[in-house]
Amino acid sequence: MIRVQLPYHLRNVAHVRGEVELDVQGAVTQRSVLDALEARYPMLRGTIRDHDTQQRRPFLRFFACEEDLSHESPDALLPEAVAAGKEPFLVIGAIAGG
Amino acid sequence: MSGVRVLVGSRKGAFILTSDGKRQSWQVSGPFFAGWEMYHVKGSPADPNRIYASQSSGWYGQLIQRSTDGGKTWEAPGGGFSTTPEGFPKPTPNRFVYDTSAETGKPLTTHQWYDGTQHPWEFKRVWHLEPSLTDPDTVYAGVEDAAIFKSTDGGQSWHELSGLRGHGTGPKWQPGAGGMCLHTIILDPSNPKRMWIAISAAGAFRSDDGGETWKPINKGLHSQYIPDPNAEVGHCVHHIAMNPKRPGVLFMQKHWDVMRSDDAGEQWKEVSGNLPTDFGFAIDVNSNDPETIYVVPIKSDSEHFVHDAKLRVYRSKSGGNEWEPLTKGLPQENCYVNVLRDAMSVDKMEPCGIYFGTSGGQVYCSNDNGDSWQAIVHDLPSVLSVEVQTLP
Repeated sequence: MIRVQLPYHLRNVAHVRGEVELDVQGAVTQRSVLDALEARYPMLRGTIRDHDTQQRRPFLRFFACEEDLSHESPDALLPEAVAAGKEPFLVIGAIAGG
Repeated sequence: MSGVRVLVGSRKGAFILTSDGKRQSWQVSGPFFAGWEMYHVKGSPADPNRIYASQSSGWYGQLIQRSTDGGKTWEAPGGGFSTTPEGFPKPTPNRFVYDTSAETGKPLTTHQWYDGTQHPWEFKRVWHLEPSLTDPDTVYAGVEDAAIFKSTDGGQSWHELSGLRGHGTGPKWQPGAGGMCLHTIILDPSNPKRMWIAISAAGAFRSDDGGETWKPINKGLHSQYIPDPNAEVGHCVHHIAMNPKRPGVLFMQKHWDVMRSDDAGEQWKEVSGNLPTDFGFAIDVNSNDPETIYVVPIKSDSEHFVHDAKLRVYRSKSGGNEWEPLTKGLPQENCYVNVLRDAMSVDKMEPCGIYFGTSGGQVYCSNDNGDSWQAIVHDLPSVLSVEVQTLP
């Protein structure tokens, strides 16, 4: 079970509270986790990754295990602790403006 | 008619204000989508319980929200799946994808950037949603960078009416100070094939074939801030209003100048008359008297607040030229608010109700054709749009 923490506004869009738990088939990567997230919560499509390019939206960052993974390849394996469900994968909005 | 429902879009959420036919006491609900920029919220004339809302954010992009119960609950349509001809599931996100050239697959056109160079179209947000007059599932969207999209499945999927961007003048369009936005969509109740749109800063355009083809309708507009003041396109039209009982008579608040057209936009003439300043954004027409129009003069394009620190709606009962200030109930000192282009609306009651919202978070109502005003709310976030539904 993969744990994902969403920022406040996206929890509201997805109508969830707290962490989201996802089943991810195969390798646990940013792409496979976000694919699973969007499959379960289709209203999140386009809010984390651009609809067309699938690139991370510029004001969002990805963290896990106290590491900034924002600039890692979307197909790189996430840390073992994330894959094992011990640590969450964090989607964080940049703290600026607004 | 039983009452009114005022739909308010603000910089930090949407609000719904309801009242009975007297329009004196109000119930306020919201914020809906708290923290998000709500550029526009508008109800379907065919089903008042169907409401569409544009929800956007610099962080998370654009969402369209839909209510089928008058704004009590909302859903983001487009989260579902359809099926490809081969039988595979295909997501149908409510996204806005610009058409490309059928021949080359390349972008249809470019537009003029602030420095005069050509720039590709880039989707930013939905400024205006215009539900069909007859079908609750059909809705048009005016977006930035300027284009018009249509949904026929209740906002689940959108396709561009690309005859507008593709008709040839696109390279001459340029962004106004607020971006290059398509902010006005007017549907003709007497002719389902006819519609008008307006773009900052390109001008007004009309389609007579349901949005397939378009032509600029800017004759008579004069804009000193562009290289050719009488150009076919390039004018910063701020808003257009029409009384649906008299289709084809249009009133325009341009960047500077208040204009009218009596022939569906073929020719415009200035009716600014004795206004203290003819810069402004909002304009609307009394629903019972199509010659009575309202504007809120703003000091200038450099100073986006009301003239003389007084919040005054100006009314003309003669279709323009002769204007009177309406001040009763409005602040007449130390007032420095703005009223944006989609932030004024009229109901269909008798006497006509007029509503507008300010950058200071007030929403004002007049239940007597504008003679007097009351603030329904004083302290909302900065108001982006105000629409009113007259409930059956």
